[in-house]
Amino acid sequence: MPKVVDNQQIGPLIWKMQVEVPRLVEKAKAGQFVILRVNDHGERVPMSIAGLNREKGLLTIVYQVVGKTSALMTTVEAGGEIADCVGPLGVASHVDNWGIACLIGGGIGIAPIYPIAQAYKEAGNKVITIIGARSKDILFYEEEHKAVADELYVCTDDGSYGHHGFVSDKLKELLDDGVKIGNIMAIGPVPMMKVVANLTKEYNVPTWVSLNPLMIDGTGMCGGCRVAVGGETKFACVDGPDFDGHKVDFDLLTARLGAYRDQERKAMKRFLEDPHCRLAESVRQFKYPDEVNK
Amino acid sequence: MNNENKAVAKKKKKLEGPNKLPIKERMKIPRQVMPAQDPNVRKKNFEEVPFGLSEEMAFIEAERCLDCPTQPCVKGCPVEVDIPGFIKLILEKDYAAAARKIKETNALPAVCGRVCPQEEQCEIVCITGKGKSGKPVAIGYLERFVADYEREHNLVQLPKNAPPTGRKVAIVGSGPAGLTVAGDLIKLGHEVTIFEALHRPGGVLVYGIPEFRLPKSIVQAECDVLADMGVQFRNSTVIGKTDTIDELFEMGYDAIFIGTGAGLPNFMGIEGENLIGIYSANEYLTRSNLMRAFDEDEYDTPIIRGKNVAVLGGGNTAMDAVRTALRLGAENAYIVYRRSEKEMPARIEEIHHAEEEGVQFHLLTTPIKFIGDEQNRVKAMECVKMELGEPDASGRRRPVPIEGSNYIMEVDLVVVAIGNSSNPLIPQTTPGLECNRWGNIVADPETMQTSRKGVYAGGDIVTGGATVILAAGAGKKAARAIHKYLMEEVKK
Repeated sequence: MPKVVDNQQIGPLIWKMQVEVPRLVEKAKAGQFVILRVNDHGERVPMSIAGLNREKGLLTIVYQVVGKTSALMTTVEAGGEIADCVGPLGVASHVDNWGIACLIGGGIGIAPIYPIAQAYKEAGNKVITIIGARSKDILFYEEEHKAVADELYVCTDDGSYGHHGFVSDKLKELLDDGVKIGNIMAIGPVPMMKVVANLTKEYNVPTWVSLNPLMIDGTGMCGGCRVAVGGETKFACVDGPDFDGHKVDFDLLTARLGAYRDQERKAMKRFLEDPHCRLAESVRQFKYPDEVNK
Repeated sequence: MNNENKAVAKKKKKLEGPNKLPIKERMKIPRQVMPAQDPNVRKKNFEEVPFGLSEEMAFIEAERCLDCPTQPCVKGCPVEVDIPGFIKLILEKDYAAAARKIKETNALPAVCGRVCPQEEQCEIVCITGKGKSGKPVAIGYLERFVADYEREHNLVQLPKNAPPTGRKVAIVGSGPAGLTVAGDLIKLGHEVTIFEALHRPGGVLVYGIPEFRLPKSIVQAECDVLADMGVQFRNSTVIGKTDTIDELFEMGYDAIFIGTGAGLPNFMGIEGENLIGIYSANEYLTRSNLMRAFDEDEYDTPIIRGKNVAVLGGGNTAMDAVRTALRLGAENAYIVYRRSEKEMPARIEEIHHAEEEGVQFHLLTTPIKFIGDEQNRVKAMECVKMELGEPDASGRRRPVPIEGSNYIMEVDLVVVAIGNSSNPLIPQTTPGLECNRWGNIVADPETMQTSRKGVYAGGDIVTGGATVILAAGAGKKAARAIHKYLMEEVKK
């Protein structure tokens, strides 16, 4: 069973886990993903690669508590184990020298654009990175991105830090200023990727998005991860996860991500009420966004 | 004991020892009916449906074998099990020996006794079945009986492996083909490692075939035996991703067997197919079987439990899916199939089980469109009735839509069970590996050798969707050829 070397909270409900999977790390390329199970009764959950330490064979994943499985992940202590971690899965991100390449990370998507930024940089691009979150306290990885990007812009929706506004606002500003961006990779919440893709379509800038539909096996066998791209059905696990953002049906993706909404909420509620689960207080106070507004 | 059996037992007492009944008497014995869970009870649980024969019933059934000289049953079996031989051992009440007799040629009798289509292989040619009763010896029941007896009485003996040869074999995929190759090659003294993409070995036996038809504990027991014999299992390793075929050679494997099974699920290609509540059979069955979503109190993977469930297709997978739907609480479970019952590829026994459990068959029907609600969940499908026209390439009469016969069927869950196309992960990453135009790996039908030296393949990845026993049969052939290759061409 893969060893968890580190598992720490890096923001409210955001955690960073390092797993020792040497062969996977040796083979992994930027843009690929893994599937893990926390324990033998657990779900198989796909996770983007947020960092690779090839010397130590360590895989980094960054995750946000959104339900039972992610809450359960927070309970794994450093030195502990998870049931399994398989990969690398999916097709690696397309890397080329476009002159100027731009990466956009929103929310939890700030993590997976980091290894892709490194790959873009190594290919000789001038790298512009735009990261954004709702507010300052849920921003992370700023230092990491600063070390790779030629230009880094940080945005917050509430203006508590950096540029006040969405990542797409910053991007629009750059495009309007005539910055000749040759390629964009955007990873984040579906609405963010949709807004970015709609924007860059107007400017005719090629834009990749990395999709995160529900999956089981991750090798093409189940077809649960199907997405519609340019009117065609694709399997995100073997055809993706990266797709042409101008062709993706984001509304379908959003709908399918909510397929088990009621079951997920029920499971999370039951888990939070279980006195035996060793959850940090911040996780135990978890509420869904629509519950907070009530 | 029923009356008929009592009469047989009485007659037999007069004779000396087992199987001394004259042929005429043996031909009078009725085929034993395997006891099974009541359809109305079993459709609500995931326990195995047939209970298996009792020792007494197995003995009586074994007496029905005429021990004919031509032994057509052996030729009817894809792996040529010595059927009369193991039946004789049942009559000697040496059930463990009977199981071992089967294992000489078939590594998975407990599995095959349950899921083989005996009625179109060994049993269809049985001489007993040509007699008045018209009912062949229940070879499948007997196979299951001896395998279960051996396992349940802890009589499984590990065959003695030949002295180590120093040769290493990698097997990709732990389904029926891979397990068979592993069993044969470990016995011959080779070092064997099985690479499995999922977290548990067994392939389709674990993710595809439901618990009520093949309990997972049986598959695990078969894998445990292989592990005890020295086979290494490397789960959660995707060949084509974690390692490639060429990297396996670099790691020191001398030969490789590819048995990765069925690939990507086919969909209908009609409007609305990506609505929530439309599953491929692979996904639906994997959620329920491998991930055990049916046991929602214990396992975390969710599954949609439909009230009105339509399963599209007429094969065994479709039957497995529709019967799973009933057990997950469906009020109406439909098979929607575009041809008639006669053309259904499913085993008669499976169709019969489904009928008994209350599955409703909408034959000569095909959906042309799925209709969703405001949350993108499927709520209905538009169907059209079909009639059979001229035979097509498969020899079956081609279904043709009847104009104006469209109607709406209310459904909240649809499972598409219309087959799979090949998985590209290994072909894409293995230079020089020849595939046909459907993406299946090309292999010599006798040796299962591929276009790459030292690389063999068998099972669904070569043939497209087929049966457990055909995959096991391909594994047998491959194991023989791999052994020859290792001993003659790999110098150590």
